[in-house]
Amino acid sequence: MIGTGEPNAIAIGFFLGFIVLSLAITVWAARKTHTADQFYTAGGGVTALQNGLALAGDFMSAASFLGIAGLVALSGFDGLIYSVGWLVGWPVVLFLIAEPLRNLGRYTFADVVAARLRQKPVRVASAVGSLAVITFYLIAQMVGAGNLIRLLFGLPYEFAVVIVGVVMLAYVLFGGMTATTWVQIVKAVLLLGGASLLALLVLARFNFNPLALFSEAARQYGDGVLSPGRLVTDPVDAISLGLALMLGTAGLPHILMRFYTVRDARTARSSVAYATVAIGFFYLLTFILGFGAMVIIGRPAITQVDAGGNMAAPLLAAAVGGTGFFGFISAVAFATILAVVAGLTLSGAATLSHDLWVNVVRHGQSNSREELLVARAATVALALVAIVLGILFKGQNVAYMVGLAFAIAASANFPVLVLSIFWSRLTTAGAQASTFAGTIAALGLIWLSPAIQIDVLKNETAWFPLRNPGVVSIPLAFAVAIVVSLLRPVPEEASRFHALERRLHLGAED
Amino acid sequence: MAPDTTPHTLEAVSAARWRIALSLTVAMMAIYFGFILLVAFDKPLLGRVIAPGLSLGMLLGVLVIVSAWVLTWVYVRWANTHYDSRLGGLRR
Repeated sequence: MIGTGEPNAIAIGFFLGFIVLSLAITVWAARKTHTADQFYTAGGGVTALQNGLALAGDFMSAASFLGIAGLVALSGFDGLIYSVGWLVGWPVVLFLIAEPLRNLGRYTFADVVAARLRQKPVRVASAVGSLAVITFYLIAQMVGAGNLIRLLFGLPYEFAVVIVGVVMLAYVLFGGMTATTWVQIVKAVLLLGGASLLALLVLARFNFNPLALFSEAARQYGDGVLSPGRLVTDPVDAISLGLALMLGTAGLPHILMRFYTVRDARTARSSVAYATVAIGFFYLLTFILGFGAMVIIGRPAITQVDAGGNMAAPLLAAAVGGTGFFGFISAVAFATILAVVAGLTLSGAATLSHDLWVNVVRHGQSNSREELLVARAATVALALVAIVLGILFKGQNVAYMVGLAFAIAASANFPVLVLSIFWSRLTTAGAQASTFAGTIAALGLIWLSPAIQIDVLKNETAWFPLRNPGVVSIPLAFAVAIVVSLLRPVPEEASRFHALERRLHLGAED
Repeated sequence: MAPDTTPHTLEAVSAARWRIALSLTVAMMAIYFGFILLVAFDKPLLGRVIAPGLSLGMLLGVLVIVSAWVLTWVYVRWANTHYDSRLGGLRR
């Protein structure tokens, strides 16, 4: 039966086709990647539509495609709560972050913080926050990749993790941001096209009326599938999860880095708008796909293949489009993971090379050739780390790891970034303390939460009652930054803020 | 459209930019957390079926997504016309 781990020739054919295409892109991109600037930003010439699609490709992970479709298939309405939370972060990125980030920075979001504060302390702090987010996000993607490829193509878990690591390494190492961008664009187009076609094939059975599909689901499984279920029960926990999903997007290093690939702030602005439309449209599609799988495949058949429901969308493709379409959707799911891990690794390499090596170890006295060399070495190291962690963390809950990454991003990176753009009195000590407080609070509270203490360690009680730390750790990070900055004001840093204000709005060119 | 009479100083442009940015952010958060609080506190209300196959909760969830698009459009339109033209005035 499809999806039970038997090698599938058509699926493997599409999968090899995507690898050949993406490596051809990499060979082409490698010829345009000679300087650190080209490696990190593709030379800054990406258009608004291209960057919008690449942002969508960087953001829509396997968790949002297979995970949300599965969640909807198994619990109906509740899947919508995650979709909505992941989308509403995008307008916040647009309103608060994208344009100032483009105008003030060059390669990493730490550039923005470092522009007005003391370089070394804030770069070290931001690097800790970034690398923590990137590590958890990478683990989640690698574990997801291993599981999926085993189910989809019948390849062993470890083999799948190594393949993902090696192919992604080829993109980033040789093609830098140019290859990463085009892999993300191709993936976004394939994912949006594949999901649209699948949704159309489903709706064709219901006279192209989504309500007829939902009615049929309610007839088979009861009106309960149309209403909120057990996913959100505690209101404080719901707010906490919501805060992390919403503000985490604005603190993800691999997303923020993409704004440096466009010419100016106006292009950055348009690119977020394209991304928001594409991602919102995609989440509406996954809702159709989830209900389609619930009705056409049936819940028992979905959970029989994978208890988490992750195979709902590929099984649906097989049911409405045959083995060929199943192979295509499987290859799209694989492309999805590759594009996300490439973006993550590139942003991790930028943090290690640009933030830590060039600006901390070498005090900013480094040439482009050396920076590029270090960035490439960092890429190889990160790929190896990703492969090893992917194998070590086999069997971990993927959605939980992604939640962790969002919680750290929202607590460690977002408060400092937003305060350094908005608040003239932020000081180096305040920024540093805030990043560490946010990281430690997010990690510590997750450790003390029921998710670890009761579910994993099998203890009777958990010291911290919430599953999501956001409602505590995000305000804490803001409070620490503000209190520490006000206790020991640094007038020179405030005056540097005012000196940078023109550049914040107009960019660096004049 | 009425001629823009706001003084083109950096302070004025900056204040206008942050006013719009913060208002729209607060609007997005209010809409989203309003939805989440209804999910947490009033499940029966959201579960009410308002048309065959459509519950109030599903309609509101889709409207949150649509509102994210609308707020994005409002900001981009404001920035492309007002903000950029005032920045153009500052560059001169």
